[in-house]
Amino acid sequence: MAVDAAGRGPPRIVPVIDREQVLHVARLSRLRLDDDEVETMAGELSGILEHVDRIRGLDLEGVEPTSHVVHLENVLRADVPWQSMPPAVALAAAPEPFDGAFRVPSPQADAD
Amino acid sequence: MPDTALEAVIGLEIHVQLSTRTKMFCGCELSFGDDPNVHTCPICLAHPGVLPVPNEEAIRYALKIGMALGCEIAPRSIFHRKNYFYPDNPKAYQISQYDIPICGAGKLGDIRITRAHLEEDAAKSIHLGDSGRIHGSGASLVDFNRGGTPLVEIVTEPDLRGAAEAAEWARLLRETVRQLGVSDVNMEEGSLRVDANVSVRPAGSTELGTKTELKNMNSFRFLQRGIEAELERQRELLGAGGTVEQETLHFDPASGELTSLRSKEEAHDYRYFPEPDLVAIAPTEALLAEARDSLPELPAARTARYEAELGLDEAQARLLAGDPEQAGYFEAVVAAVGEGAEPRVVANWVTGELTAALRASEDAERPEPGVLADLIGAVASKQVSHAGGKQVLAILVADRDADVAEVVEREGLAQMGGDDGELAGIVAAAIAGDPAAAEQIRSGNGKAIGAIVGAVMRETGGRADGGEVNRLIREQLGL
Amino acid sequence: MADLLDLTVAEAAAKIAAGEISADEYGAAWRAAAAGDELNAYLWTADGADALETDWNGDGESAPAGEGDATPYGSNAPAPAASGPLAGIPIAIKDIFTTQGIPTTAGSRILEGYRPPYTASAVRRLTAAGAHVLGKTNMDEFAMGSSNENSAYGPVLNPWDRGRVPGGSSGGSAAAVAGGLAPAALGTDTGGSIRQPASLCGIVGLKPTYGAISRFGMIAFASSLDQCGPFTRDVTDAALLLGVLQGKDPLDSTSVGIEGGIALPTREDLAGLRFGVPRELGEATLDAGVRAVFEATVARIEELGGQIVEITLPHAEHGISAYYVIAPAEASSNLARFDGVRYGLREAGDEDLIEMYERTRSEGFGAEVKRRIMLGTYALSSGYYDAYYGQAQKVRTRIAQDFDTAFAEVDFVITPTSPSVAFGLGAKTDDPLAMYLNDFFTVPMSLAGIPAIALPAGLAAPEDGGAGAPQLPVGFQIAAPAFAEQKLLDAAHALEGALGFAAAVGDALPWKGGARA
Ligand SMILES: [Mg+2]
Ligand SMILES: [Zn+2]
Repeated sequence: MAVDAAGRGPPRIVPVIDREQVLHVARLSRLRLDDDEVETMAGELSGILEHVDRIRGLDLEGVEPTSHVVHLENVLRADVPWQSMPPAVALAAAPEPFDGAFRVPSPQADAD
Repeated sequence: MPDTALEAVIGLEIHVQLSTRTKMFCGCELSFGDDPNVHTCPICLAHPGVLPVPNEEAIRYALKIGMALGCEIAPRSIFHRKNYFYPDNPKAYQISQYDIPICGAGKLGDIRITRAHLEEDAAKSIHLGDSGRIHGSGASLVDFNRGGTPLVEIVTEPDLRGAAEAAEWARLLRETVRQLGVSDVNMEEGSLRVDANVSVRPAGSTELGTKTELKNMNSFRFLQRGIEAELERQRELLGAGGTVEQETLHFDPASGELTSLRSKEEAHDYRYFPEPDLVAIAPTEALLAEARDSLPELPAARTARYEAELGLDEAQARLLAGDPEQAGYFEAVVAAVGEGAEPRVVANWVTGELTAALRASEDAERPEPGVLADLIGAVASKQVSHAGGKQVLAILVADRDADVAEVVEREGLAQMGGDDGELAGIVAAAIAGDPAAAEQIRSGNGKAIGAIVGAVMRETGGRADGGEVNRLIREQLGL
Repeated sequence: MADLLDLTVAEAAAKIAAGEISADEYGAAWRAAAAGDELNAYLWTADGADALETDWNGDGESAPAGEGDATPYGSNAPAPAASGPLAGIPIAIKDIFTTQGIPTTAGSRILEGYRPPYTASAVRRLTAAGAHVLGKTNMDEFAMGSSNENSAYGPVLNPWDRGRVPGGSSGGSAAAVAGGLAPAALGTDTGGSIRQPASLCGIVGLKPTYGAISRFGMIAFASSLDQCGPFTRDVTDAALLLGVLQGKDPLDSTSVGIEGGIALPTREDLAGLRFGVPRELGEATLDAGVRAVFEATVARIEELGGQIVEITLPHAEHGISAYYVIAPAEASSNLARFDGVRYGLREAGDEDLIEMYERTRSEGFGAEVKRRIMLGTYALSSGYYDAYYGQAQKVRTRIAQDFDTAFAEVDFVITPTSPSVAFGLGAKTDDPLAMYLNDFFTVPMSLAGIPAIALPAGLAAPEDGGAGAPQLPVGFQIAAPAFAEQKLLDAAHALEGALGFAAAVGDALPWKGGARA
């Protein structure tokens, strides 16, 4: 590793992400990975998570999480209509425009 | 054999489309029935780089709904992202509220509200039939006009104990929201959508059974029938020793069948997290006051007031409270009648005789409250019989200038009393005309009196006072 | 013509306003320079490629937003205003900003050929001030990277040494300015993506306070961290651009603007200012040459009257960990919209919906983007949220508190910008974690949302270069409390004058002919 500025002692043993988890997360992400990619991904994610895992050991009980550094409230918009796009513009970039709408393959029939 | 000892446990989730002018997070106009994709912009099509800005009016409407449902209003609420892929969900996340909704716990009638939160509606997908097939597989067309419409989702506790009760409560909710003027609440058009969480458990148990979710029933009748069908299915299943599986079901009102909507995909994992593109909503005192002041008296409160203050029974009170215009009219008549009649009697006239009279003709109109009050007073003081009063009313609804006393006079509807002997004579003739009935009455069959009374009423054209006729018959028969 | 290209933006704008040089000539000179790009810095240039007809409201007019426009986001592509502080100045725009009718890819295959229907607010602010879009610059795909090797359109070369990376993710913008292909450029910084490439390319890069500049139209990577900022040759130009760019935008709920605006800095000394050096720096791994330049710069600060104070940022060492949870988590959600339905790539045949999604996204995204989507999805998924995302947000709180504590005692916090000078192409591509650690010094400020500027402070020999390798620029980072940009720019201006970097390097500066030749 060229730089290990954050290195503090030996890395702790952490559970690595396995094939099954990689496949589950890929499904949630709508990504398709071939077998090699699954293998590589499992290794890389494990390495990153091993580093990231250092924060799991920190005692941060009672600390407020920061999801935002901006402390604004009630930034709202008046209920006044603006001009919408002409349908031709709305559909200009569509991979498959059809009859003024966006055509997509249907989800598979749901019946089990 | 379904086990009817299994108690129904039902909770509802209601999506209310708000009738703001523009969408929740962009300025595109709301519409219904326009050409596809004419109300879209980079924001509601989720083009790269766009950001949402919430519609202030939608916040106001949500506050009104929360207040009408007696909800605690959160001093500070935030939006979350609910992540899932679907063509009608252009960002692949829905901006919704999660652990800190704008409206918390509340109550409508006897049913506890868990929460009411703000979110955005999905777009509309139309499935193409065979004609639109691409190489043998189905296709859908997506129209984003509806995408981003502001929604308030109302969730109840599982406090409902039957299909009819659920449908009735949903009607009360609809009426309540309608009176707020914040939604069209039209189930067929989808501006009100009711999903039901249904489970059963041994009566008296406090534990909850496994629930199923019934989706998108587009009328109250179907809601009730869907829940009934699902309750029956669950009771049969458990009665036969089976178990209920947690799933989402679709009720087909035509066939009465329930079909599972569960997808083959892995269970949903929405990965909620705070929406970083939005800041918190912290309703100001002014915003709260504005919402509070704009609340009309709502059906539940009005019903309670009519029962407590006017002595109406519950059914009558609820009937009036469900129609604010009629309720307002009723209150005006009560005020005009004053001591002249009981509010209960006024309520009967307004919801009964007047409604029937109005239905008789398209041009019929409600008389001025004072005019109806005159009529009710006249009947109560026996100047006109009840039947005569109905005839007067038929004239009043057709002629807005008519005056009660004048109509009574003109139509000769003044009630016949016992003083002038005319009524006594008619009674005597009626007895003479039906000796068999007279004999039955004498021998103790009280019901037979109806035949003689009927004859008298026919003869007098309904002007006779029923009580007086009864008295005269008994007197003349020596009873 | 070379004279024209040697002017800073402030100088050129003044001369154009005074009628001393022609805006047309000046613009043409830059378009010609950009067209001669050999660094792969540009993905689109105004010279040669046409913008698409974009008058979509049919009024036949192109007007800056706000002037008779039907929408606040602009229904017409903005035309440069005739006058304004940037009248006649061409500016290179990172390809992460939407530009109506002009291809916008964010460095990704999934947006190949995409021409947005609207223009980013930051770009609108530039054009409303009279600037022109000179071109769209190459970048790491969706701003994910520190070397610009993650672009679907090939790596950008460092103008100081074409065998090395320019840094990332705004590598194209940094290389364009450093290489004499643009007088200034727009970039974005999520964890260091302006400051690190500025450092590796020897120019000035400013990451303003989160909320100072609108994010509307900036293709989101990590929404709570992304911030737009300028690349310039000097601090004065950075101030000039920030003054134009900053401001509250009704289309961005999280935008604030900078109260009072930004004036051009004139300060020449640092008397009375306190500079905090994190104690933790002593233990940090960084190149000896980088450390030497840092120490020399600290000495300069003292010569200028500034006071050096030791401070502590005890949680900064966890910045990378928190960042590599928060940023991928937000990214996994932000990048979910690339689904092949409404725009961009679709890989589809007759398969069903889920297959279409998976094929489109698998073909459209590069390896690093997939890695981060996977990481972020994992961190948000059921059962892991509290351990990763929740915990990272708490670390973020601690880091912000550390800065608050430090700023109670000092005016600025100073560090090196990057632990090394520009590294060789391909040197770190096999080790994602090593690549992530490039952001060690820049990530804490991003997490805290505070402004920081990277200044070229000197040269150092690369440790991987062997004997006789050319000296490469080393950046110096100054961070300030939220919205203290004016103070930050004033101090940076004073230090820049004392360091005299450009004068010291002289003709070896790539923008003085090196890459342009
Ligand atoms: Mg919902
Ligand atoms: Zn819209």
